[in-house]
Amino acid sequence: MSGRQHRQQSDRPGRGAGQSRPSLGALLASYRAHHLKVARDSARRLLRTPVASAMTWAVMGIALALPMGLLLLLTSLQGVSAGWESAARVTVYLADSVSGDEAARLQATLRERPDVADVALIHRDEALAEFRASSGLADALDYLDDNPLPHTLLVTPVDEARTAMGVDRLSGDLGGYEEVARVQVDMGWLQRLAAMTDLIARAVWVLTGLLAAAVILVIGNTIRLAIENRRDEILVAKLVGGTDAFVRRPFLYTGIWYGLGGGVVAVVILQLSVWWLNGPVRDLAMLYNSNFELHGLPADGMLGLLLVAVSLGWLGAWLAVRRHLDAIEPGEIAGS
Amino acid sequence: MIEFQQVSKRYDSDHTALRHVSFGLGRGELAFLTGHSGAGKSTLLKLILLMERPSAGKVVVGGQLLNTMPRRQIPYVRRHIGAVFQNHQLLFDRTVFDNVAMPLEVMGVSHQDIGRRVRAALDKVGLLSKEKMNPVQLSGGEQQRVGIARAVVNKPPVLLADEPTGNLDPELSADIMHLFEQFSQVGVTVLIATHDIALIESMGRRRLTLAHGELLTTPPAGRVVA
Repeated sequence: MSGRQHRQQSDRPGRGAGQSRPSLGALLASYRAHHLKVARDSARRLLRTPVASAMTWAVMGIALALPMGLLLLLTSLQGVSAGWESAARVTVYLADSVSGDEAARLQATLRERPDVADVALIHRDEALAEFRASSGLADALDYLDDNPLPHTLLVTPVDEARTAMGVDRLSGDLGGYEEVARVQVDMGWLQRLAAMTDLIARAVWVLTGLLAAAVILVIGNTIRLAIENRRDEILVAKLVGGTDAFVRRPFLYTGIWYGLGGGVVAVVILQLSVWWLNGPVRDLAMLYNSNFELHGLPADGMLGLLLVAVSLGWLGAWLAVRRHLDAIEPGEIAGS
Repeated sequence: MIEFQQVSKRYDSDHTALRHVSFGLGRGELAFLTGHSGAGKSTLLKLILLMERPSAGKVVVGGQLLNTMPRRQIPYVRRHIGAVFQNHQLLFDRTVFDNVAMPLEVMGVSHQDIGRRVRAALDKVGLLSKEKMNPVQLSGGEQQRVGIARAVVNKPPVLLADEPTGNLDPELSADIMHLFEQFSQVGVTVLIATHDIALIESMGRRRLTLAHGELLTTPPAGRVVA
């Protein structure tokens, strides 16, 4: 290369980097192109070590699927109690001495109450026949001289009274009639179920918080190792004028990909578990005369889970980057 | 272009790396920085690259006072300073081309411009044909030239070199020095830290000598040449 040529070729360097300020549009375009490139490179890096990446995804997936699964179970349970509450009926057993006519009169009286939607009368003979048919104790019943069963009224409250309080008040009133021997509201176990789901809900949220923290720590540690592995690259990038944002970007994208992968694993685990459990659950529920069913994740739930997973991945990466990346300074390149 | 005014650098212990160092380098000037190991050569270069801050005195590069430069401004200062190291600091997980492209990438230069400018820089150091190779496949002298291409690819007004010929035989060293001379001819301020006295004397350029952190009176450049 002759001196002349050289001079022509590089007449500009003295003016430095300020010589050609690119336009804002061009800067934005190259910024976007850079993001795309970094995102692609980070994804490729993860795929280059498929086993290690898959293990991280699996850890994340399990940690996310566990609380999500419990939340699904919880919403299904809350659906059950809600369904039963709306079907609440009060069973009123009349005294033995009450005759069929008196029972029918009481039925009519109760129908007039504003908080009662319907009253059904089960005559004691009818009840006996049903009991005989369903209990298998027909022979034993034959030994009895007379019908041991009382007349029964099934009182259905109006919609507005179908709350725990409304039903309480109604059953108190019903107990006040002199024909009534006993009022039975099957609310006790519903309240227990409600209290239990409440307790489980809190436990699930605690568990969710702990597992989310675990996910952040796992990602943070993985990113820390990635930072160690790419130390030279970070040093050089900082040396040639890479900003902190530039140097952090690949690691933040790595965190996002870890999060997304973990989220996908969690969704797959959840859907498979629900599908696998639902047959037996339905059989069991049938035995309890319930149409209880485990529900899988709806589409927006899946999307939400993926978003949460991505955010956790990003957060973990961000923490690791804050803690470890800024400590790498190119001063160590130059020796002492 | 580079100006030191009464610059001192003390490290935490009572070790003082630089004492009251003052000098100035103009545009297109090429100077050598010499002195025994531990005399403070690297510290001086680190102050220019903002890897260290002075304990006292002023460091001015390109008209900007570096002492009070906020941390987030540092990358933008470094973009105007090319740096070459004895151990090259090349990345072996990518091609020669990608190594040289790094300073342009951090600046957000567009894809087409990167291609054009990287090839121009590689052409200047005579390695255009090796752009797709991994630096591992290159000889020591070639690796050093890749390092130089990376340092000048974004046409910085200042070029620093720390023992750039440390591992090279005299003939290759002379080649490298010739490159540096060419850059200074087009207006780049070049500061080269080196032990290689024979080389310095053959070039007859200005010489800054450090001893125990102090700058000795600059011997007149003409002494050897004359």
